[in-house]
Parts: sequence; structure tokens; C-alpha cells
Amino acid sequence: MTALDRRHFLLAAGAGAGSLALSGCASFSQRPLARVVVIGGGYGGATAAKYLKLWEPRLEVTLVERNEAFVSCPISNLVLAGTERIENLTVRYDGLGRHGVRVVRDEAVAIDYERRVVRLARGDALPWDRLVVAPGIDFLYSQIPGLESPQAQEQVLHAWRAGPQTVELRRRLEAMPDGGTFAISIPRAPYRCPPGPYERASVVADYFRKAKPRSKLLILDANPDVTSKPALFKAVWAERYKGIVEYRPNSELVEFDLRNRTARLQVEDVKADLFNVIPPQRAGRIAEGLITVNRQWVGVEFLGFESQKIPGVHVIGDAIAAAPAMPKSGFMANNHAKVAAAAVIARITGQPVSESPIIANTCYSFLTTTEAVHVASVHKYDPKQKTLVPVPGAGGLSPGRTELEGQYAYAWARNIWADALG
Amino acid sequence: MPQFPFARRLAAAGALLAASTSPVALAQATPAEREVRTWAASCAACHNTEGRSLGGMPALAGRSADDLYRALIEFRTGKRPATVMHQHARGYTEDELRRIADWFASVKIAR
Repeated sequence: MTALDRRHFLLAAGAGAGSLALSGCASFSQRPLARVVVIGGGYGGATAAKYLKLWEPRLEVTLVERNEAFVSCPISNLVLAGTERIENLTVRYDGLGRHGVRVVRDEAVAIDYERRVVRLARGDALPWDRLVVAPGIDFLYSQIPGLESPQAQEQVLHAWRAGPQTVELRRRLEAMPDGGTFAISIPRAPYRCPPGPYERASVVADYFRKAKPRSKLLILDANPDVTSKPALFKAVWAERYKGIVEYRPNSELVEFDLRNRTARLQVEDVKADLFNVIPPQRAGRIAEGLITVNRQWVGVEFLGFESQKIPGVHVIGDAIAAAPAMPKSGFMANNHAKVAAAAVIARITGQPVSESPIIANTCYSFLTTTEAVHVASVHKYDPKQKTLVPVPGAGGLSPGRTELEGQYAYAWARNIWADALG
Repeated sequence: MPQFPFARRLAAAGALLAASTSPVALAQATPAEREVRTWAASCAACHNTEGRSLGGMPALAGRSADDLYRALIEFRTGKRPATVMHQHARGYTEDELRRIADWFASVKIAR
């Protein structure tokens, strides 16, 4: 009998005898029901840690996060456009402490699945009865000859994790002379935030339009077409950013020539004054041992986001091999977290895991610095396909960009940050 | 441009939530209760935890169950104008919407 099984047994015995008011346990300094460790404090991990404590206060929940504060990728393209500041997208982890989550600022460097411990860079290893892994993405620079070295990566930024790179790319955009060319390279799908690169192009073009109107913005897309909201993005480029934005599909970056500031594509070479290369991606490195799909993503089941490889380990957010038509978004990671938290609690307390999860997504994208559009979807579990599938007839796009949806995009951000971290 | 000096408000909302005797913390929730609680948690991505919106989105916590249900059905049929809620409401059955409306109505709020 493992320690966890023993607890199960005791719990069941106590409940059977009718002698234990289970909900009262939390207030006593008793042993916790079980130890859950959450790796990663982004949209997925922070939400999971909070909801685990909210729904089952008797759990001991530890969140491991290497950064001092959460910095939101959503809204961060407006930092590049110069209308928002990174400080305003930054939320500290204190709020989770008020819910009883223990936040450990450290880096998870290895997971020992045999001994069930997470090893940290500095502190003592953390034992777990169930583990939630929310590692986000890592970049596959090995696929771009010329950009393998850290020095090269400092010169050609991704700004695809919000933070110092976002601020530095804004500085370089400001320094670029009027009449210069800025090129954004987009990897093949799937990657984090499908509409994100096109939003970035749009709001930076809005900045150029006002501040340096002779400049050009070149979108080098590895995909055959815009991967999200194509008609909405193409309309604003053709109309408002005519003469600034140029979109080139099927333009996968195969090599980068740093000395000549040249991107080598399969069919041509492209020069620009400033490059933003968003590299191909895979699950964050700590999840390496869980990867099962294309050597990139973690396969999970969709009733509880449990790893297909290692039982007792739940993986959420951008790192998973997503269900059909499910984008890698902060909203989805937040929703994964709640289904996973419910399943973790059900497993630990010996209750059935719900067989009918319903989750949703709304991704807002700014097309100008004040006007936005959205794409939405609702996903229900299909027992035949054993996955979450979009509900036919639900979901959809905005008819066109509005300031009202720009305000909703901000309201969404404020509320989801509070939902995850407040 | 809306700005975000809202860390203090966030902290206040969190403290309130932690202190509240919320319906979600019931350890002995039935499978049906846990199911609807997880569905409703999806809505929190825009409306904040338990529907306690910080603003910019309607608060759902503690509202009349019938009002919430009527709104959801009207979003579903297109009778009530919306930017996105009609697209969400059409993803749920009437029974699911009823249970979600009832759940948000049951959230305790300070009056």
C-alpha cells in the first residue's frame, strides 16, 4: 500500500463510520489529504494551483515558478506598438498565497517519476502524490542554422515570452529609421497563440503608420495562409496598412545569415533592417520525458489532462498535443487547468472523474491599437472519439473590428489575471 | 487607452474570495455539483472566479437564477444582442445553461 492509498483507506473508513466531518479538517494542522506539485505559474499552472486549493482546501499545493512575477503574453503586442507598458501586464504571485498555495521561486530541473519528486535548481526536492506540469513552450533554435547560439538569439529576438525581450524589441522598433523594413518570421503551426504574430504585425503597422509611415512590415509565414482569423487580418492590412504590410505565405525560414541581416527562405533571400523570428516550438523542457507526439508535444487524455505516458501526471496549456481545433492560448490553458484540477481532486478523494467536461475559448486580437476582434469556440467531450471536440453551430468570429471589443479584450485580461492569480 | 494600475484591486478581490464561505469549497460536493462547478469555472476566464467580475464584464455571482437563464437563452436564440455570448451560449444545452445559471445564483456575495 502506498502512502496515498493508506490515506484513501483511512478517509473511506472515517467517512463510513460517520465520525469525521471531512470539511472541518482544513482548519486543523493535520496531515494534508495529498501533496500536489504544480510546475509553472503561467495561465495554466497558476489557475490549477488556485483552483486545487479553492475546491479542496485539504490538499497541500506547491507551485514552482522560476520568475518573480507573471507577465502576460496577451496584450504584450501593444507594448511593441507603444501604447501599453510591460509593468501593467505584470502580476505578482502573492494572491496565490492568500488561497493557501505555497509558491516556491525556483526552477524545476528534473522530474523523478519513480520516486515521485521534482528536483529543483536550488531548493530541496519536492515530493508529490499527483503532479501538474504546465511548462509552456521551448524554442527549437536547432532548426534554424545561424541562430543556434545565445549571442545570435540576442541579436534576433523572439519576444514570444512576454518580458525583457518584449521591452527590448520595442526599443529596437523605436530606433529603426523611418523607411526601414521590419520582418516577422512565423513558424509552422502548431505554435503558441495562433493569431498572435498577425496581431503583432497589425499593431506594429499601426505604430509605423503614425510614427514612421515610409516603413515596411514584412510577414514571412511558414504556413500556406494566415492561420487564424484570416479574412479579418487581411482586410485591415489591405485597407488601413496598405503600402506598409506585405504578407508572404509559404515562406519558411530555413537559415539566418546574421552578418548580412538576411533570412534564407526556401525560395528566396530576404533582407530587413530589423527581424523578429518566432522559432518553431515544443513543450517546455521539463516535460521532455512526457512528449509523445511528433517529438514536440505531450499527449494527454481529455477528461483530466492526464499524461498518456505516465499516470498521476497531468499536463496542461501550450505543452499538450491539443484536441481538434483547440488553439494554444492562455484562455485554453486556464480552462484545461480547471478540468485537470477537478480530475486531480476526484482521483485523490476516490470520486468518479466527470465524463462530460465542457470548456471554451475566446481569443481577442487587436487590429489597431484600440480596436479588436475575437474568435470563440466551445469544446465538449465526445466519448466515441475520446477527445474534446468543438460544438457545431457554436463559436465564431467577430464581423469586424470595433473599439467595444478592444475594451472587452482589456476587461478579459483583467478578469483572467484575477481568476488565475488573484 | 485603458491602463492597468489594478494590482491593489486584484489583491482586495483575492482577499475577499479567500475569506468568503464559497459554495465551491464544499468537500462533499456531489458528482453533479462538481460537474456544474467545473462548467461554470470556464466562464470565470472572462467573468472572474465565481463570476465576481472586476469590471468590464458583467458580474454573475449571486444574480437571480431566472435572470441569468433568460439572458443565456436569449443569447442562444439571438434575441439579445451580443459580441460573443451568442457564440458561447449555442455550445450548451438548455439544461446545461439552467444548471450553470443556478450555480452562479448560489454564489454568496456581500450585500
